[in-house]
Amino acid sequence: MPDISGLIIINNHFSIPGSPLMPGAIYAEGLVKTFGAVRALDGVDLDVPEGTVLGLLGPNGAGKTTAVRVLTTLIRPDSGKAVVAGLDVLKQPNEVRRSIGLSGQFAAIDEYLTGRENLRMVGQLYQLSARDAKKRAGELLERFNLADAADRTAKTYSGGMRRRLDLAAALVVRPPVMFMDEPTTGLDPRNRLQLWEVIEELVAGGTTLLLTTQYLEEADRLAHDIAVVDHGKVIARGTSDQLKAQTGGERVEVVVHDRSEISAAEAILAKHSMPGTGPEGVTVEKHTRRLTVPVTGGAKLLAEVIRELDGRGIEIDDIGLRRPTLDDVFITLTGHAAEDADEQGGAEGGGATADKKQKRKDRKQKKGAVK
Amino acid sequence: MTATTTAPAAPTPAAPAGGLRQSVRDSLTVAKRNLIRMLRIPEVVVFGLFQPIMFVVLFSYVFGGSINLPGAGLDPGLYREFLMAGIFAQTVTFATAGAGAGIAEDMHKGLIDRFRSLPMARGAVLTGRTLADLVQTGLTLIVLGLVALLVGWRTHENGLKVLAGFGLLLLLGYAFTWIGALIGLTVRTPEAATSGGLIWLFPLTFISNAFVPSQNMPTVLRHFAEWNPFSATVQACRELFGNLPPNYPVPDAWPMQHPAWASLIWSIVIIAFFRTLAVRKYKSATA
Repeated sequence: MPDISGLIIINNHFSIPGSPLMPGAIYAEGLVKTFGAVRALDGVDLDVPEGTVLGLLGPNGAGKTTAVRVLTTLIRPDSGKAVVAGLDVLKQPNEVRRSIGLSGQFAAIDEYLTGRENLRMVGQLYQLSARDAKKRAGELLERFNLADAADRTAKTYSGGMRRRLDLAAALVVRPPVMFMDEPTTGLDPRNRLQLWEVIEELVAGGTTLLLTTQYLEEADRLAHDIAVVDHGKVIARGTSDQLKAQTGGERVEVVVHDRSEISAAEAILAKHSMPGTGPEGVTVEKHTRRLTVPVTGGAKLLAEVIRELDGRGIEIDDIGLRRPTLDDVFITLTGHAAEDADEQGGAEGGGATADKKQKRKDRKQKKGAVK
Repeated sequence: MTATTTAPAAPTPAAPAGGLRQSVRDSLTVAKRNLIRMLRIPEVVVFGLFQPIMFVVLFSYVFGGSINLPGAGLDPGLYREFLMAGIFAQTVTFATAGAGAGIAEDMHKGLIDRFRSLPMARGAVLTGRTLADLVQTGLTLIVLGLVALLVGWRTHENGLKVLAGFGLLLLLGYAFTWIGALIGLTVRTPEAATSGGLIWLFPLTFISNAFVPSQNMPTVLRHFAEWNPFSATVQACRELFGNLPPNYPVPDAWPMQHPAWASLIWSIVIIAFFRTLAVRKYKSATA
């Protein structure tokens, strides 16, 4: 506790809790960053109140990583303003670096160093004394369940262990503001759950966190607020519940028995789709033979759909009514954008749809595995 | 508000030491990291020795008897002594590739991002790497010196002069690792850094006085060889080791007449120039 207050005095930048005039622990206004012809950030605004978690959600190439790189001083934006922990990112980058921890997309650890050596090195580069760095390394190895492997080279670590070591390295000085760029990408379900618990513990301790993810489930579980990013813009923000309410309605989900029955089933579902969503309202996943449609009408409507499908002789493996998930929110919000990009034939846009489907598939598989 | 989590409180980062002290401390921290790596991957050091040893043997025994050294004729013994400074100098400059590959790998693996997000001295990652390479170069020179003694190389000057010669070699090697650092930050993969760090070294080391005297080269090449930073160090070492044949005609070009000074100036200029570029590149490096 005394150490923490020391940190506050040194940095002298915390907003007074409840003060409405102070910007959040992470604040960005009109961030623009272009790489050649690609507008990676196209006017991003963010505001993360102290002690909360913002989930930055979006497909590959949406600009999530670029946003994190700007906020962590790694790249300068073309224009815009960014304040982290009360410090101007563009004017006081080194002071900002003292107050942040970054856990990037890849575990940024030295494979030929042991876990302990990695953490001691990072501690010293955070300007801790050699003694403090050593002590802190020991604590973190304990806390992240790496004590047994502490003196083995990181090369021998599993993916989950590397991730934990990377996160430990980002927490050496217990920074008040943390950035995690897709922290659980590539982890198996067990390791993901473990990492989620660590993150939750961290946030319970008062850390402000900006987290990017492609997993809606992850944002749902960890984030207080979610900002959906696509094509370098924030296209929606709110709590998970707000976003789901915005998407509205319930979903009927059908798995047909035979692939050839998909289009017939699609026609039936389209008739019942919620007004305003149009025929595009029906989402089809061919490989799983799964169709989803937003509806308003509850169980009665479900019974009607079953009757109609039955009447047309369409055999179904599974059918159900469910509340919208963040997946649905995401597709509702980004569906058009992805199509537009396709029409432009941009190199990035072209791959986006297929990419997203693949991601969705991955998510589905992960979900199944978690259960 | 900022309650601690279950773990004990984090230590407070020291107030920024800033300036030179922090630079030195951070550079040493990074150098230590690279030296530990070197110990864990000894293959790199061992294979790094094969090539110069091979050159010693090939040039001494295969070419040695056929190379007509001004002032020495076809005496293979004298050529062997003449050759050694050239091999030493070539060996130290090959550290360029190692530095480049190491830094490119750090970029590739995201380590440079981590370093750049830490409140550390901006040049320290590169300085640390080049210092570690300097240690490796030193070790390589010791082993190579022993091999050279085995095949009959001897120095004929006092110990201080010999040490000064090795000092110039180390400085040249250190200077070249800064070129490697810049290459490593510029290319995208360690493989590209290795080849990018080596290909231009071959013409540079061969169009010099390292293996054959420059006197018999075509005019353009001769001028290049005489002003080549590499030649200055080689010539300086030959003088400091006492390895020039008795009546060896020294070319009139200024660097050949004042090789120790030329070597020193060249190395310092290379360090100043490439360090500035590399550190600037590091500040905006993107993986």
